[in-house]
Amino acid sequence: MSIGTVPMKFKVSVDSEQCMACARCVENCSYGVFRMEDGVVRVSSRHCVACHRCLAMCPRDAISIESRPIDYRDHPLWTTGVKEAIFNQARTGKIIVGAMGNALPYPVIFDRLVLDACQVTNPSIDPLREPMELRTYIGKKPSHLDLRTKENGDVELMSTLVPNLKLETPIMIGHMSYGAISLNAQTSLAKAVSQIGTFMGTGEGGLHESLYPYQDNMIVQVASGRFGVNIDYLERGAAIEIKIGQGAKPGIGGHLPGEKVNKEVSVTRMIPEGSDAISPAPHHDIYSIEDLKQLVRSLKEATEWKKPVFVKIAAVHNSAAIAAGIARSSADAIVIDGFRGGTGAAPRVFRDHVGIPVEAAIASVDAKLRQQGIRNEVSVIASGGIRESADVAKIIALGADAVYIGTAALIALGCRVCGTCNRGVCAWGIATQRPDLVKRLDPEIGSNQVVNLIHGWTDELAELMGAAGINSIESLRGNRDRLRSYMLDEALMTVLDVKSVGA
Amino acid sequence: MCGIIGVIDRKRELMDGSSIKRALSKMDERGSGEGAGYVAYGVFPEFKNYYAIHVFFDNIHESKAAVDHLLSEWGIVVHDEEIPTSDHAKIRKIHTPWRYFFKPDATLMPRSTAPEEDIVAHIVMKVNTTMAGVLVFSSGKNIGVFKASGWPEDVAEFYKIHEYKGYIWLGHNRYPTNTPGWWGGAHPFNLLNWSVVHNGEITSYGTNRRYIESYGYHCTMFTDTEVVAYLVDLLVRKHGLSAEMAVKALAPPFWDEIDRMPEKARLLHTAIRLAYGPALMNGPFAIVVANEDSIVGFTDRIKLRPLVSGEYGNRLYISSEEAAIRTMEPDVENIMMPRAGSPIIGRLVV
Ligand code: SF4
Ligand code: SF4
Repeated sequence: MSIGTVPMKFKVSVDSEQCMACARCVENCSYGVFRMEDGVVRVSSRHCVACHRCLAMCPRDAISIESRPIDYRDHPLWTTGVKEAIFNQARTGKIIVGAMGNALPYPVIFDRLVLDACQVTNPSIDPLREPMELRTYIGKKPSHLDLRTKENGDVELMSTLVPNLKLETPIMIGHMSYGAISLNAQTSLAKAVSQIGTFMGTGEGGLHESLYPYQDNMIVQVASGRFGVNIDYLERGAAIEIKIGQGAKPGIGGHLPGEKVNKEVSVTRMIPEGSDAISPAPHHDIYSIEDLKQLVRSLKEATEWKKPVFVKIAAVHNSAAIAAGIARSSADAIVIDGFRGGTGAAPRVFRDHVGIPVEAAIASVDAKLRQQGIRNEVSVIASGGIRESADVAKIIALGADAVYIGTAALIALGCRVCGTCNRGVCAWGIATQRPDLVKRLDPEIGSNQVVNLIHGWTDELAELMGAAGINSIESLRGNRDRLRSYMLDEALMTVLDVKSVGA
Repeated sequence: MCGIIGVIDRKRELMDGSSIKRALSKMDERGSGEGAGYVAYGVFPEFKNYYAIHVFFDNIHESKAAVDHLLSEWGIVVHDEEIPTSDHAKIRKIHTPWRYFFKPDATLMPRSTAPEEDIVAHIVMKVNTTMAGVLVFSSGKNIGVFKASGWPEDVAEFYKIHEYKGYIWLGHNRYPTNTPGWWGGAHPFNLLNWSVVHNGEITSYGTNRRYIESYGYHCTMFTDTEVVAYLVDLLVRKHGLSAEMAVKALAPPFWDEIDRMPEKARLLHTAIRLAYGPALMNGPFAIVVANEDSIVGFTDRIKLRPLVSGEYGNRLYISSEEAAIRTMEPDVENIMMPRAGSPIIGRLVV
């Protein structure tokens, strides 16, 4: 007997009283749930991924989607996910691929940390009335300055500063490549970051020429596949990021399916149209930390030491020591990508089981760099699972200089985190290259939404700082005394170096 | 709340402790009777070349031998004695205050550029982090800190500070919120020749502490003020910044101000903020820092605590209250309130 069909994930129903048979759902659903038969909407619920495009477009609120209408027998060990993975693999014999971030219900450390506020002994600061500084510089900093006081009392700066990126808010947008996401999605993000005065990553897909006007706010990526990399690309970027690993799939490379490689993507990535873009697990010229150091230097040489170079690693058990090694190269910033980081496609087993949360990784990286007395010389960027301004404040208090957001920015563009980016038919025009879908995303409107989001978060961050009596972001950085743990275990509190609530 | 006061005689003329006692008592409204203290520079002329290591022993019989031993490992003690105190009805003598006059053996730290100071700093950190019931609270040359739990006038009488003569005095009237009653928690805080009195709370303490600890300092006194002494020691003594520049690092101008500066100044202040961002002190504070040849008063970047200065002859006064200065010197001139973040500096001119 074959395995047979498994229960539907979602059940879609259309309220016939409400429906006006406008067929918008039929047009909008790229997963093929809806069809019109004799003037009546019919559904194939099994195709639904709950991307909610139909709900958003239905003028009558006629559609409802029910999650898991028929579930399996409840079992704490043999959960639905486990059983379905087995069915899937029993049928196909393959590695299961999924998208977006870690989908297992691990506890979220952010949600067990609370922030501080001033009462009486020190006044809180009102950001509407007093200056509040969120400006952040990313790049190498001198450990001390050589200042000479001249005869006339003028002070002269003898030390030279290397180029840093100047951010007006410690929130950047992480690397999502053209190919994984659409050009309209990238354009929306690019317009947003240049308007705000922050930066975004190109991902490893090269830089499409229509984005050249925003290049001063773009960080170009060099990943193991070296897609889209040439000197012109490096020179266009405001900074260069070497991607060693990604939080959603530490230890493995990337795979962009050939279907997503259309003409434009192929030109930008510098690969043949329709071919799979497979980046290898390691960089084939990096087999140790010295090799990484050489690559950092080569990129610096190639761009005449004018560009900060970042190195991104996935948050793994040994991140702190690795980061200390990276800090000793000429790298300007270390990006730590936590295991909740999103992805366009990753093997489910990696997405859900490999790596560690960014909160713990940042805490241990910060502590290690401090132990070695080099923390302020290099910037630390946290990414992977930053959902709101409170997460930004908390991760900075744990020791990060700035954050990369990814999924949150996509949600601002309409993404519903349906987790099927790997299928390439994103109904919101984000994770797709199908022209009819891509055009659903208007870069003007999209960028506006992303600008609004980052503004909103930045204002909230300013309020949180003001309430804590802090008027400059550098005084929040690594200020773990302003965090308390709410029911974290003792071992984790030691790693995070935070006290319990009430202590 | 707390009240602070500092005075320097730029010609090194000595002042006894009676007038600062009266001035500090003027600010009793700012204290709670749970902590007060003074520091005076120039008080041990006969031992001026020795580090005056002041120690509180909880139980002198238990722990003094260990301190003696540690000091003998690193140098020689030429004299030591119990710090003279008077029986005072209002001060409970919960510690035994002791002072050693100590000469470090510079050859024991051959790679250091300032071996004596590094040895003394090492001893202070070592005692305060590893020896229970012992606290080094003053470690400079020719400098004495006098502090305890009580009102300023009682603490002054307890230590008989009118018998000491110094050319710099700082005083602090405490309204404790975090370590009431503990003598170690009273100000001034001292390390080597640096002493600090502080009114306020440093909201960036966690950041500052982690920064300073990565340079080998250890915060042991459970209060935010000591970090100021260490920051100043790092910036001025180790990194060679001038007092003005150190203040620009600790309470820097805002970015929008820096952005409007002429090119050279802009670069300088940007560099200071980049290099010393973790040293920036946030929160409401007014601070007076002293070393052997100057006093520097400054406030936080938006001046959430009061600070006023005045002059008379060779003397520069800095305090939380004009009234306190007037108590010390009724004819004081040039009363001034410094702008947020700009230092008032008084230097010896001899
Ligand atoms: S979009 Fe709504 S109203 Fe239009 S056909 Fe679909 S269900 Fe009916
Ligand atoms: S980008 Fe599109 S496909 Fe991917 S999770 Fe979001 S809505 Fe779904």
